[in-house]
Amino acid sequence: MRWVVANWDQVVSLALNHVLLSVLPILLSLVLSIPLGWWAHRRRTARRVLLSGSGILYALPSLPLFVILPVLIGTQILDPLNVVVALTLYGVALMVRSCTEAFDAVDAGVRDSATAIGHSPGQRFRVVDLPLAGPPMLAGLRVVSASTLSLVSVGALIGVPSLGYFFTDGYTRSFLTEIIVGIVGTVVLALLFDALLVLAGRLLMPWVRATDTRREDR
Amino acid sequence: MIRFDHVHKRFPDGTVAVEDFSLEVPSHQVAVLLGSSGCGKTTLMRMVNRMVDPTSGSVWIDDDNVADLDPVALRRRIGYVMQSAGLLPHRTVADNVATVPVLEGSPRRAARRRALELLELVGLDPGIADRYPSQLSGGQRQRVGVARALAADPNILLMDEPFGAVDPVVRRDLQRELQRIQADLGKTILFVTHDVDEAFLLGSNVLVLRKGAEVAQSGEPSQIMAHPADDFVAEFIGGPRRRLHTETRDGVQAVIDAEGRVTGFVDQGAG
Repeated sequence: MRWVVANWDQVVSLALNHVLLSVLPILLSLVLSIPLGWWAHRRRTARRVLLSGSGILYALPSLPLFVILPVLIGTQILDPLNVVVALTLYGVALMVRSCTEAFDAVDAGVRDSATAIGHSPGQRFRVVDLPLAGPPMLAGLRVVSASTLSLVSVGALIGVPSLGYFFTDGYTRSFLTEIIVGIVGTVVLALLFDALLVLAGRLLMPWVRATDTRREDR
Repeated sequence: MIRFDHVHKRFPDGTVAVEDFSLEVPSHQVAVLLGSSGCGKTTLMRMVNRMVDPTSGSVWIDDDNVADLDPVALRRRIGYVMQSAGLLPHRTVADNVATVPVLEGSPRRAARRRALELLELVGLDPGIADRYPSQLSGGQRQRVGVARALAADPNILLMDEPFGAVDPVVRRDLQRELQRIQADLGKTILFVTHDVDEAFLLGSNVLVLRKGAEVAQSGEPSQIMAHPADDFVAEFIGGPRRRLHTETRDGVQAVIDAEGRVTGFVDQGAG
């Protein structure tokens, strides 16, 4: 604990960096996966390409990807953008499947009746498909969030500062406390993000709790 | 007025749902399409709001060929009620009822006020306005479905087995309610069902359909009941169940069907 107090400023600044590096990939993977998932839901060819492609993408090891990305997108090797892009790719790889399946799961009868009473295709997407696909999408996003927060640490190996720095530094100095601080910090952030996502879900999708049949307290 | 002019429908997989069908439903009347599942009755109904386009022939509303109308605008001016009510599970009852007025740009507050009025019209307590559909009974959901169909004050209602999924007691309530509303509002209604009693209760004109939406017989309920055109119609509307005679059993006049079952008793006070 004394070590944490003595190095509090560094803990906070690295945690903050960790958060900044994670937020963007998490949001971007959601924003990019919604149209891709819709596309895969609608077109069989798109589904095949996107779903098998995303499986392969997720199988790429992260460290080589961090190293090779600067060559592919023309950034500096130490540019935090590399980490953001790589993590967005991983996020999309997970999230496209969630979104596709979420759209698949929307009740065909509800969709049909929405059309029959006069929703235009765009209105139906916004008012019916997107909100009804929301709960499974949120479940997917929670996985992406946890996965992103842990993968950010790998960036420390190529010198992009995050809580992962405590792992590499602690390892080279054989200093266990520092490694534990890194681990605990990452877990705390992951729990915090998860709580925020659940809260956002409750605010945006009030019907889920109101109609949850597991809560027979009416 | 709704008019079908020699419509034919062949689906891409080759099945012919409608062979050659013509019908005119006069304004403010209830026409019932009666037939078993797969006879093409739902396909016919869905041609009116362009959920299905006929392969040939045309459907007219008053003087407009529906093929010339924008489908979205057309659907908003036609009320549609379906078997499972088709309510949006993530919107409250009031929001569901107000769907079409809100899509049409009506301010939320006015739409909500109208929704509450409509709930009363269909016999529901406006107190359920903020519940979600899954928190209602089947009968309540169907009433909400009817309220939603009436929200934009359409001239035409399409009702696709709207009371098919509720128990017989609730169904009779809903049918009576619909008769009461129809007496007040006088909509032009196209009603699809496989329930003979429902068809004869609600329809001023009933069409008994065979496969391919071929009209086996059409006319007023009493006419079809008294003079079924052929064995198919006679069988469909009840067969031996409808051929009744009276006998004295245990000192009262019992009504007996062709298979010898007691189906009722003659009311001694009547006649």
